[in-house]
Amino acid sequence: MMEPQTIVPISVGEVVQKAEQEKKDGCRLVLMSCTKIDDIFEVIYSYEKDLRLKNYRITVKQGDEIPSISGIYWGSFVYENEMNDLFGLNVTGINIDFKGHFFQTSVKHPFSVTITKEDDACQNR
Amino acid sequence: MTYLAKSPWLIHYDASSCNGCDIEVLACLTPMYDVERFGIINTGNPKHADVFVVTGGVNELNRAVIKNIYDQMVEPKVVVAVGICACSGGVFRECYNISGGIDKLIPVDVYVPGCAARPESIIDGIVTALGILEEKRKNMTNVPQKSADNSASHNQNNQSAGGTQ
Amino acid sequence: MSKQIIIPFGPQHPVLPEPIHLDLVLEDEKVVDAIPTIGYVHRGLEKLVEKREFPEYVFIAERICGICSFIHSQAYVQGIEQIMGLEVPERAQFLRTIWGEYSRMHSHLLWLGLFADSMGFESVFMNAWRLREHLLDDMEATTGGRVIQGVCKVGGVRKDISPEKLDEMLKGLRTLEHELRDLLNVFLYDSSIKYRLKGLGKLSSEDAYYLGAVGPTARGSGIDIDMRSTGYGAFDRINFKPVVEHDGDCYARCAVRAKELFTSIDIIDQCIRKMPDGPVDMKFTGAPDGEYFSRAEQPRGEVVHYIKGNGKRNILRHRVRTPTFTNIPPLVTLLKGVELADVPVVVLTIDPCIGCSER
Repeated sequence: MMEPQTIVPISVGEVVQKAEQEKKDGCRLVLMSCTKIDDIFEVIYSYEKDLRLKNYRITVKQGDEIPSISGIYWGSFVYENEMNDLFGLNVTGINIDFKGHFFQTSVKHPFSVTITKEDDACQNR
Repeated sequence: MTYLAKSPWLIHYDASSCNGCDIEVLACLTPMYDVERFGIINTGNPKHADVFVVTGGVNELNRAVIKNIYDQMVEPKVVVAVGICACSGGVFRECYNISGGIDKLIPVDVYVPGCAARPESIIDGIVTALGILEEKRKNMTNVPQKSADNSASHNQNNQSAGGTQ
Repeated sequence: MSKQIIIPFGPQHPVLPEPIHLDLVLEDEKVVDAIPTIGYVHRGLEKLVEKREFPEYVFIAERICGICSFIHSQAYVQGIEQIMGLEVPERAQFLRTIWGEYSRMHSHLLWLGLFADSMGFESVFMNAWRLREHLLDDMEATTGGRVIQGVCKVGGVRKDISPEKLDEMLKGLRTLEHELRDLLNVFLYDSSIKYRLKGLGKLSSEDAYYLGAVGPTARGSGIDIDMRSTGYGAFDRINFKPVVEHDGDCYARCAVRAKELFTSIDIIDQCIRKMPDGPVDMKFTGAPDGEYFSRAEQPRGEVVHYIKGNGKRNILRHRVRTPTFTNIPPLVTLLKGVELADVPVVVLTIDPCIGCSER
């Protein structure tokens, strides 16, 4: 049967500390996921050990600084660059920072704006 | 078209397809469907290719790549848009990053619809394209029309047929 | 230190059916760094949840990738079902498992073929794809589609398979198994393949784990991550053991995929024997309100579909974390130190699926 899941809310300041703790416990980073709800962005960090997911959620506003965890989990740069490019979130201190060139899209930060088909930049070219 | 005078080679590029059509294009080359019986070989080099098979719609980043591959191909050349995404954008036409079909960027000669396009229809599309290719070659000026056409398709100065947009 | 040069690899490259771009920083013939650029296949389909209602969105979810198509739709619908608390009929779960394993086998055979081609074994490529057609025929006969099936829906599946057809499929698989052994002898025991692959592109198990490797890339390095062990679909009623190799080189990753073909045949066999009777779909009302991380094992590894709904017909967010996306950091690590001529082989051993990773 499917596992039950919980998401623990944490503050932005705790992100790095939690990542360190999870790595010490022998968890791997499964994913970082971002959702825009009205004006705020939710970022979920999911770790896993022995097939059990542990999720932590932070909520930020556009322009808030999010510390990178790429110093702890080297591979997190793909998620953090994705957040930068698609949501326009300000993740600082990424080990391999593509500076907005990881995903190149016709609309800047497509997931942070509402796009209607008519004024879609790529559609009319 | 009843017979082929030459062995047309094709180049395949995955524009922004989901892979479904790509693997069907590859499946055409393998023993079950075997387009090699028409003398068709999948090449990786645009300068060797006569047929440009594109799958998927145009997006922001691959715009330049498609144009570049197309421009590097020698005249005469034909473009086959495989799959509904390459024809019109398909299910993804409303995505912010998709402009639509390949014909927004380069002239398309044959449209092969389907999601994913079946190997049979891809082969049919390519064989149709070969007829168009032959036609284009005939219509090229300053090409020797009879015999001695070994050097004909190597004439790069001629841009009268096909042409770029 | 000798002079460094940068060689662009892709996006249009003969060994890759799909576009990925790597800037390879070379010293002489050795790769010292690899910088990936992606986005050539980026469509932005996650944003389509705003325009498509959730039952209809299954078709978009399926078209994230044409190779892993079925498992994408399965992972998406099981996330929706979990949030809505739907108890899907048993028979539907078994059918999903069977089709899932079929798509795993066709993907592995496809990969083995491309992999052989990248090493110059063209006849093996042709043979692998010839065998793959048997699987696609069965797929087509039972679902109506070769690579995109469109058979999964919220609450069950669209088509049932008759007992006679199930028997026929089982017989077909037995014949296939026999032919597969012949083919896989080449990959597992051929001396020139061994010479080419053993010791090439080593990924230590610690690196694999913490860099986020999943699927055969992780299992080749001795990490037992297989989402099928979580028992989604009908896997909680099936006995199977994940294939794990310990060397962490290209040969190990190839061997994992080769041996998984037989695991899949065994799983389908068990499913057909244990197949319960009953309906294959159910009616439901309402819309998902809640969030869930739905995980499934794709041919390339663990896929996570994060679904968040707010009780409306259009869900709020659908986020897909595909196996290739998380296999990019291990790939970058793997490429450091290999020879330029080995780059295509090493890139292929993670089985990159760009259509998946860029969505």
